[in-house]
Amino acid sequence: MTLAAPEGNLIELRGVRFRRGAFRVFDGLDMTIPKGKVTAVMGPSGTGKTTLLRLITGQLKPDAGSVRVGDYEVPELGLGRLYEMRRQMGMLFQNGALLTDFTVFDNVAFPLREHTRLPERLIRHIVLTKLHAVGLRGAATLFPGELSGGMNRRVALARAIVMDPDILIYDEPFVGLDPISMGVIVRLIRRLNDALGLTSIVVSHDVNELEQVADHSYLLAEGRVVAAGAHRELMEEDSPLVRQFMHGEADGPVAYHFPAPEYGEDLLGRGQERR
Amino acid sequence: MGLVREIGATFAAFIHALGSMAIFLGRLIMYTPAGLLRFRLVVQQVHNAGALSLVIIMLSGFFVGLVLGLQGFDLLARFNSENVLGGATALALIKELGPVVTALLFAGRAGTALASEIGLMKATDQLSAMEMMAVDPMKRVVLPRFLGGVIAMPLLVAIFTAIGIFGAWVVGVALMGVDPGVFWSQMQSLVSMDDVREGIFKSIVFGVAASLVAVYEGYTAWPTAEGVGRATTRTVVITAVSVLILDYMITAALL
Repeated sequence: MTLAAPEGNLIELRGVRFRRGAFRVFDGLDMTIPKGKVTAVMGPSGTGKTTLLRLITGQLKPDAGSVRVGDYEVPELGLGRLYEMRRQMGMLFQNGALLTDFTVFDNVAFPLREHTRLPERLIRHIVLTKLHAVGLRGAATLFPGELSGGMNRRVALARAIVMDPDILIYDEPFVGLDPISMGVIVRLIRRLNDALGLTSIVVSHDVNELEQVADHSYLLAEGRVVAAGAHRELMEEDSPLVRQFMHGEADGPVAYHFPAPEYGEDLLGRGQERR
Repeated sequence: MGLVREIGATFAAFIHALGSMAIFLGRLIMYTPAGLLRFRLVVQQVHNAGALSLVIIMLSGFFVGLVLGLQGFDLLARFNSENVLGGATALALIKELGPVVTALLFAGRAGTALASEIGLMKATDQLSAMEMMAVDPMKRVVLPRFLGGVIAMPLLVAIFTAIGIFGAWVVGVALMGVDPGVFWSQMQSLVSMDDVREGIFKSIVFGVAASLVAVYEGYTAWPTAEGVGRATTRTVVITAVSVLILDYMITAALL
């Protein structure tokens, strides 16, 4: 089985429910990811964006509902089939997650060496091509610890595309980057998607950066999709929650204050007994 | 009431940990044939767990031997039987001190390194990243480290024991003037092959226990700085206690 499904939706989530302890992360989540596009998934911190990715990659199983990736029904896959599916996916972790005791070159070569029996000369050729694509061919002999955060993420990106995946998943790719690295990553996401014919999912809460890369955006809140559409449309959407998030307003439906006893009473010490 | 509940909870947690460790060991054993095919990875870990522990093992072995020689000589001299010093120290080292002390040192040197390495790989998403690259971290990371420890331990025990005997010789023969011929011939006549087999058996069992505890604690650590620290501590404590308990059980069973 492959992910080379016909045009249309490559990933479909239907009625997904997932709870962590007593906390309901998703309560009937529906979402489709179109093939060949860059889809953004936004949402305030703690709305389960990373959980969503882990459901798609099969690292977590939903309590109910269907997660379909290409021809795979993810929650029903055994370990062998799950790995078969993941071989066609690349994922960029928040901090890069490079293997710290391997050089940059060996990190990018890692999936090739694990999954193929290619001769070393060919591996070298492929790895250098991918490193060149992210502008770090010159850093091949360095260790991850010798690189900046932005460079680490670019190496991780080279590693994510080294097996020529059909789907590329980015978990918070913009967090903690300086403006230059940020611009580089933004451009890479767009360019890789179009040049390699990928389907990309970008999970993030950086509304402005997403504007430059996303074809289609979802906004998650309270376990559901609260808005979906072209990024520009979401920027102009009028519902209070969407407006608050997209324009970064401090207070609104998502309260600025963590639930607390009444301020005056608390200061006067009357709230003390309840703590 | 609270105390009873606490004791019960602790006991239940202990049984639970024992069970999940047994399942973990089962998975490792299941993967072992495939893991041995990629022997280069295992050799690397034998180097990490074994060769890098050599200095501390040799140094400790030497001093344990010296002390054993001194105490043994003092004790045996009270019965006018300094002549059996060679045999007595060799028996103590081969049957007990070699395997036990080496396992304790192994927990402190290699076990903590294994647990913190695996725990940190988990905390920095490296294990997750492997899963996403369709590489099973149990096979690629945990198994080679486990096998490396299991292979390294008997070798370390052998080296520790040999150097310990040399230490006893230094004190007994070179310093205290026991006759070298008597020293060695007493050793030869007192130590039987069964004693050596007991030592080898213990070293294998301790190797499995110490390596298992280390990789298990690392793999199940909470992915935080505190979690990794706690896993490292637990590795030493659990290994030490279980090695001593296992030692008693094996000794009692073999006598």
